[in-house]
Amino acid sequence: MLADKDRIFTNVYGFQPWNLDAAIKRGDWDDTKGLMARGQDALIDAVKASGLRGRGGAGFPTGTKWSFMPKEPKADRPNFLVINADESEPGSCKDREIIRHDPHKLIEGALIAGFAMRARAAYIYIRGEYIREAEVLFAAIAEAYDKGLIGKNACGSGYDFDVFCHRGAGAYICGEETAMLESLEGKKGQPRLKPPFPAGAGLYGCPTTVNNVESIAVVPTILRRSPEWFASFGAENNRGTKLFQISGHVNKPCVVEEAMSITFRELIETHCGGIRGGWDNLLAVIPGGSSVPLVPAAEIMDCPMDFDGLKKVGSGLGTAAIIVMDKSTDIVRAISRLSYFYKHESCGQCTPCREGTGWMWRVMERMRTGDADISEIDTLYQVTKQVEGHTICALGDAAAWPIQGLIKHFRPEMERRITEKRGGGLSPMMEAAE
Amino acid sequence: MAEAPKIPDEAETRARWGAFAWTDENQTKANEILGRYPKGREQSASLPLLDLAQRQVGAETQTQGWLPVPVIEFVARQIGVPYMRVYEVVSFYTMFNMAPVGRYHVQVCGTTPCLLGGSDDVLSACKNKGLIKGRTTPDGMFTLTEVECLGACANAPMVQINDDNFEDLDYDKTTAILEALATGGTVTPGSQTGRRDSCAAGGPTNLVAMVDENHDYRGEWG
Repeated sequence: MLADKDRIFTNVYGFQPWNLDAAIKRGDWDDTKGLMARGQDALIDAVKASGLRGRGGAGFPTGTKWSFMPKEPKADRPNFLVINADESEPGSCKDREIIRHDPHKLIEGALIAGFAMRARAAYIYIRGEYIREAEVLFAAIAEAYDKGLIGKNACGSGYDFDVFCHRGAGAYICGEETAMLESLEGKKGQPRLKPPFPAGAGLYGCPTTVNNVESIAVVPTILRRSPEWFASFGAENNRGTKLFQISGHVNKPCVVEEAMSITFRELIETHCGGIRGGWDNLLAVIPGGSSVPLVPAAEIMDCPMDFDGLKKVGSGLGTAAIIVMDKSTDIVRAISRLSYFYKHESCGQCTPCREGTGWMWRVMERMRTGDADISEIDTLYQVTKQVEGHTICALGDAAAWPIQGLIKHFRPEMERRITEKRGGGLSPMMEAAE
Repeated sequence: MAEAPKIPDEAETRARWGAFAWTDENQTKANEILGRYPKGREQSASLPLLDLAQRQVGAETQTQGWLPVPVIEFVARQIGVPYMRVYEVVSFYTMFNMAPVGRYHVQVCGTTPCLLGGSDDVLSACKNKGLIKGRTTPDGMFTLTEVECLGACANAPMVQINDDNFEDLDYDKTTAILEALATGGTVTPGSQTGRRDSCAAGGPTNLVAMVDENHDYRGEWG
């Protein structure tokens, strides 16, 4: 188990107040000016050296992303940092804990990251449903302004930097970086075609970097404790500590910070009191939020929870939102409900996704009740393949993968429902067309 | 579509809301919101201003508020964009109500993590209290909506009522909350099993020192 002294989010459960005084006592805002004095390139190099990969799901190296920003922004085209707090992926609930219990880690991280990428301001885009969380964040930002930690001459560093909070209004797709920029500009959250990438033309057409809350909030601690410290956790290429969120059929669901590459078994045994009904009762796990394919029990049990380990079993780490399903689960219904989610959240821009998500959900509902033909399983698979990769953003892929995972691992279950519905495995009686 | 909102009659709406304007308090808030965005980028304020307007409509009608057409037009004038640019935003985002809702907007999460945790029981508790999905109860107290993941998965199943989350629910706890609200009783938001937010039930498995004091771990960094 990760030692408590090596945890970054020490107030993750909110036993202590979130406010500035308490945060300073826990070590936040400690000589931030000194950290900034190391210089912008040194900061980016340190983040690169730490091996930090984006915590929002895609896992792109954070330091490398920052280095794409223009080194000498023009006066009429300033750089912007946008922080993605639109946590809407089913299973994910980590950014919420950071924002409501440790908001100053995020604000300090925003200043340091913004300074490193020479940004003029940071916009924190928080999902609209996080109402109480947004209240905390607004209050924390106001505290930081009052004390001169952000704003003009932030922390006495001579650098001017603003932090603004922007509330969304209930749209999963706004978690996609270009949809988020559209939404920040006050429009419908429909993703933009890339290129141009946000680092070239993002918010208001200016160079922009979009980072997840957790990616930003860990930065001050990494700089204080050294990149080598952060890189000492996790396997090669999967460094650091990570907030895991475990929901579903474990005895004690929770959010917990652990070292990357911890095995699934150790994570569940140490922090969640084991699987409900014991390990023999485990059916399958969705290891990274709803968008990644499920993994059957036998393959996940001793799998390291990191980007590469989960890729090897045909899934992904995503946001490390672990949805555990035991043998009482109606697995087809569980995945069908995700199909409904994607149907509901498709922005309607690209035809394969707009039409495909609804179609896939309707067929999945028939698969659930068994009112389908066995050959339709193949048709469904083909359609998921036609949606995948044929849309502007990754929502089409995200809608396709859970179904592909289901067909790959639970095809016999789907076939069983269909044959049982027909009463005993006979092919359907052909009716005369009179 | 069956789930499309029934938009009230436009003539009535105009008569009631045609003269909509910010209250003094909300005017201050609106100015503050507009101040967050660069000059010439007032459209960025569309989401926060619509939210503010919906809350003001809610305060005036003792409900959770909605956005009548004249109010949307008012917001469009505030940020200097055509009405349609704002209307399409209203229809895109789920938190904007295009038709009136009740005093309590009961939003039950039904996505898979909550489904696994027992959101069926939460929904049937609502049903047995007379709440119907997509409708407002005849007394105007409750509107029930099944929503998609609200991001409290470690505390599933959950429901958001107005601005507060109620987490770790089951059938009886949901019933109790609805009854308390209907009779003007008090309810406590957050986990209903008494655990601390997303901490494991029965006490933390880590960071135990934080429970009783604001522990500073820097001395142990080494």
